[in-house]
Formats: sequence, structure tokens, C-alpha cells
Amino acid sequence: MTGREPPARGVPGSPQAREPGAGQGGPQPSVPGRRSLDGENPDRLYTITGGRTRAAERTFDTVTLIVAECDPQPGQQSEHARILRMARRPTAVVEISAQLRLPVSVVKILLCDLLDRGHITARHPVSTRASIPDLETLEQVLIGLRNL
Amino acid sequence: MDSATFDRPADTPVLPTTVTDALKIVIVGGFGVGKTTMVSAVSEIRPLSTEEVMTQAAAGIDDISRVRDKHTTTVAFDFGRITLDARRVLYLFGAPGQQRFWFLWDRLFSGSLGAVVLVDTRRLEDSWYSIDRLEHHHTPFVVAVNRFGPGPALDRIRDALSLPPEVPMLDCDARDRDSCKSVLIALVRHLLSVHSASFRKTSL
Repeated sequence: MTGREPPARGVPGSPQAREPGAGQGGPQPSVPGRRSLDGENPDRLYTITGGRTRAAERTFDTVTLIVAECDPQPGQQSEHARILRMARRPTAVVEISAQLRLPVSVVKILLCDLLDRGHITARHPVSTRASIPDLETLEQVLIGLRNL
Repeated sequence: MDSATFDRPADTPVLPTTVTDALKIVIVGGFGVGKTTMVSAVSEIRPLSTEEVMTQAAAGIDDISRVRDKHTTTVAFDFGRITLDARRVLYLFGAPGQQRFWFLWDRLFSGSLGAVVLVDTRRLEDSWYSIDRLEHHHTPFVVAVNRFGPGPALDRIRDALSLPPEVPMLDCDARDRDSCKSVLIALVRHLLSVHSASFRKTSL
């Protein structure tokens, strides 16, 4: 058995140029479909997310808990209505993504729309990339796990 | 797998309305090592699966030549959850250790408490890359060896993985709830010791 190779192993080499024309697809429907992602056209998802991804990424964590502040409204985009139904109880971004069968980043964009209109509130996780968890939180996690 | 007419399967327990803080632990490992089995052993919901797309921002560091004719690529992952108390819920993610997945680590799992590297002794090399990346991200982790039969002792595995002595290692059975619980508890105890040390350092 040989030892693990140094950390450089397998790390991707120099950044490759992006493919020309990325993100320059024609107009696409702004409503993501409800079909399975297996047959999804990556260009279409790219176009839906293009341009708005960064703001949405900053706004929501994968496990930000979403709480609906109103009922679905007539004429509302169907994904928005489904999110509002699902979030009658606190529901994490990633659970919404799984139930809607849409990538996490696409769901974050839909959530941005709802947040802007005041239709949802967001409970952000205390631990973020900027802060390590406090000891009290860790101790509570330990107690919670032992009680399982 | 098809429940498209329901927004939430009827058997999915909802979270208490009082929950305010969601925490993350990531279980990393190669294909077939038992990540979903482990999530499922301790989760209060049947594991769910979703995907993330790698778009322009991440593509900048991706070796796009490997992703022919695509401007985006997707990675799939599973997750489950454990409601810890009235305020806290813990999400457990089962994440593939494959190279392209790590481009999405920051987007999906920044702020994770820590990670479990799930190891199959027949394919130790599957874990090398994940361990390197966790070290790179300064994410504390424990190594859990999912035993599929007789295999090398933990100290031999530690040598083979070049693991420093402070990284906890333990045997586990990913199908067994108590065994998986012990792995998570070992991780949180490790986190407590890592973070206590860093608190002591900063207060000096």
C-alpha cells in the first residue's frame, strides 16, 4: 500500500478559457419546467440562471430556512405558488430544490423573486463561511445527536 | 421516484415552526461506499436527492475540455435531516468525492460544521482526493471505515491515507443507526476540541 500522494495530485491545471458563446443563447422561457433534470438542456438552465446567479448565491445558503408569508396568489408563476405552499412550515432551500426538481441555484433565483415581493422570509444559518460555530451550538448538536 | 403531483410526500415530517438555525454536515465518499445508506440510517426523512449546476462562475476554474459541448454540468447529491431541538435542525449531505464536485463545495457547503469521509478499504484511493480537498478548505473531518468484510486495521489505513494523528478514525456500519450516530458524535467531539483549541489561541 502506498501513501497518499501530495495535495497537488489531481488538482486541475491552469484555468481553461471559457467556451466562446457561453451564455449567449437566444431568448428562453423564464419559467423553468417541471420535468426531470435528466433530460435537461444545460444551455436552457444556464440562460435561466445567467446574470442573476451571483446575487441569489449571496442571498441564500443551501440550508437557509424559507417561511411563506402569504398564500399562493392567482396567476402566480406555478413554481412560486408551489414554494409558498411548501414553505407554510420552515423549509430549507435544498428541500425546495429536491421537491421542485430544479437545481439549487435556480431555486435561489425563484426565492429572490419571492423575497423581493415580501412573500417569504428567510432564516439564515448562523454558521457561515465567515464564522466558525460557537461552542454552545456544538454542545447543543452533541446533545441532540446523543438523544437520537 | 415519481411524486410530481405532490409538493411534499405525505410521509415527510415537517420542521417545527420555531426552528431558526440549520446546520450542515457533509458525508463524502466514492461511488457505492454507503453515503446514502448512512444518511438514511439517521435521517428523520427518507433521503432526498437534488442537483446543482455548474455555470459560468464555477466554469472559470473547471477544466471545460472534459465537459464536451456543455456550458454547464450538473452534480447530484443526497441529503437527509435530523431535528436536534426546537431551534436547530441538522442537514446531512451525501456528496460524491469526484473531482468536478469540489468546484461546487463553496456554493453548496460553505459553513458546514465538518465532514465525514466514508472509506471503503477496497478502494482507499477513492478517498485521497476528498481528504486533500477537505484539508485545503480547512474543513475538520473524521474518517469512518465502512466495513464490508475483513480488511486492514485502522492504523494501517491511517498510514495509507497519510492522516495526521489528530484526525479521528473509526469503524462503522453505514446500515446501522447507532453506528452512524457514533460517527456523527465523534465528528462533533472532534469539532469541539478543534474549536476549543482555536478559542484558546485567540484569547491569549
